[in-house]
Amino acid sequence: MKAYLSRRYHFSASHRLNSPAYAEERNREVYGKCNNPHGHGHNYTVEVTVSGRVDPVTGMVCNLADLDAFAQKNLLERFDHTNLNELECFAYRVSTTENLSIEVYRIFAGFPGAHLERIHIEETGNNSFDYAGDG
Amino acid sequence: MIFLTRKAEFSSAHFYWVDDWSEDENLKVFGKCANRNGHGHNYTVEVTVAGEVDPVSGFVVDLKQLKDILEHEVIRVYDHRHLNLEVPEFRESIPTTENIAIAIWNRLADKIPNARLHRVRVYEMPDLFADFYGEQE
Repeated sequence: MKAYLSRRYHFSASHRLNSPAYAEERNREVYGKCNNPHGHGHNYTVEVTVSGRVDPVTGMVCNLADLDAFAQKNLLERFDHTNLNELECFAYRVSTTENLSIEVYRIFAGFPGAHLERIHIEETGNNSFDYAGDG
Repeated sequence: MIFLTRKAEFSSAHFYWVDDWSEDENLKVFGKCANRNGHGHNYTVEVTVAGEVDPVSGFVVDLKQLKDILEHEVIRVYDHRHLNLEVPEFRESIPTTENIAIAIWNRLADKIPNARLHRVRVYEMPDLFADFYGEQE
């Protein structure tokens, strides 16, 4: 029996959308208020979906405590209460939520307890992004 | 093809325990969920059916009928019950969110008239849910 398990995590971070490939004016044009030089912040919600066979003994796809511990160490401790632009993963990429989704997918692809299906990130109540890998 | 989803809620008690394991082993794997006095949740189930829109009624399925089936097959059996002790399918399997999704699928799969059951999603809490699409493997 294959089932899909989803868990939501929350972190708060600041960022600024600004591409070094654009001139100052073009950055303002493209990113609008998200280009504010002082940055701004969001409460991000990350929804991680993993899949696998339901273990006939435990009844679980994977142990949630393992997924939570992995998320705590690799997601929350790295991203919560940070400025995303200062993180190594955004040194050469704009900290859009699209790029954040790809980075978070890369992180959870390393979770050994189950197969990663999809990352869904809500930047605000009205914006959300999904990445399920390019394969 | 249109996908139609109906939600319903039930409140139940459960605990996680494997009889063949020692108490230590159960506590190690299931943590506070292994408390044999049980604990409870407000569950939300979302049932998604897939089908074609009837050109006359404009419906995929009659929502009232879907609500009644869900009530009769699932809510009546699960709501305000202890899942481990009072629901037959959990005598043999642990009522994890995954197994609850599978059990609800099995209760509904051949009961939906004019549409195919597409997905059962069970929320144990707003930040945790399991999906089952009927995939055997």
